[in-house]
Amino acid sequence: MSEDILEIGGRGIASRLFTGTGKYGDDSLIPGVCEASGSEVITVALRRVDLNAGTENVMDHIPGHMQLLPNTSGARTADEAVRIARLARAMGCGDWIKIEVISDSRYLLPDGYETAKATEILAKEGFVVLPYINADLYVARSLADAGAAAVMPLGAPIGTNRGLKTREMIRILIEEIDLPIVVDAGIGRPSEACEAMEMGADAVLVNTAIATASDPIRMAGAFGRAVRAGRAAYLAGPGATRRHADASSPLTGFLGAV
Amino acid sequence: MIVVLNGKEIEAVPGTTIADLLAQREIASETVVAERNGDIVPGADFSTVALKDGDHLEILRFVGGG
Repeated sequence: MSEDILEIGGRGIASRLFTGTGKYGDDSLIPGVCEASGSEVITVALRRVDLNAGTENVMDHIPGHMQLLPNTSGARTADEAVRIARLARAMGCGDWIKIEVISDSRYLLPDGYETAKATEILAKEGFVVLPYINADLYVARSLADAGAAAVMPLGAPIGTNRGLKTREMIRILIEEIDLPIVVDAGIGRPSEACEAMEMGADAVLVNTAIATASDPIRMAGAFGRAVRAGRAAYLAGPGATRRHADASSPLTGFLGAV
Repeated sequence: MIVVLNGKEIEAVPGTTIADLLAQREIASETVVAERNGDIVPGADFSTVALKDGDHLEILRFVGGG
């Protein structure tokens, strides 16, 4: 089988499962999750150092080969996202950035207009920009024009584990947008990740569903296999669906009546 | 002098650097980024830039996130 490599920002990525580092009961699970999932891209957030408590550092748990994808969570405007992105790059871990601009606290839905503004500024500054967006064709087009390296439409609101609620809209993005489509947020089960990949998504990003599983490492393995299965099925080209039965066995050569 | 560190006023002796503030709190300087009055301070300058009274300093690091 020929190699199937996803290319984003000049980097070849073999695993189409991206993971996150949020919500782990114990960050020391992260290396096991990376290994079991096969993931090569992992998100982190940027926050004020708690100056009075400990020196715990999530970076100590992220294997060195991983592509770090810092997010701009906490940003409510394009300017705030740009500020966070520049600080994240100053950490010296590369120039990938997941743009997240959110001012709605109930559903955590992304603001497409502010996201596009931030994407345009950061892409011009040489960032590899992966914006988190609603599964909306016009938003995705404006981000493609703004220089995004990929777009990351949500399947369902962040952290809900509700699955591919936006399936039909994601299908349109896959068809119409000439950038990698990474389904981000809402995927709760491996079967849903598999479905996204079967539909032709280029990758999925899964954090909550792995981190909040009873056994995150086992769940990471399950997601890894589901994503590979879905991708293989997409490449294999599923057969047509039909309304009426179509026998799988020959309809000739039956036994004669006794 | 007073500097505002991550939103809180703290007393610091004149001439204090970012490296001093980090060392006092046993924070490894290579694990953080700093912003002084809205401008990013490169890590190489942590030990050379003397803070001034009234400076607003943000010290950040990567944490778990999705």
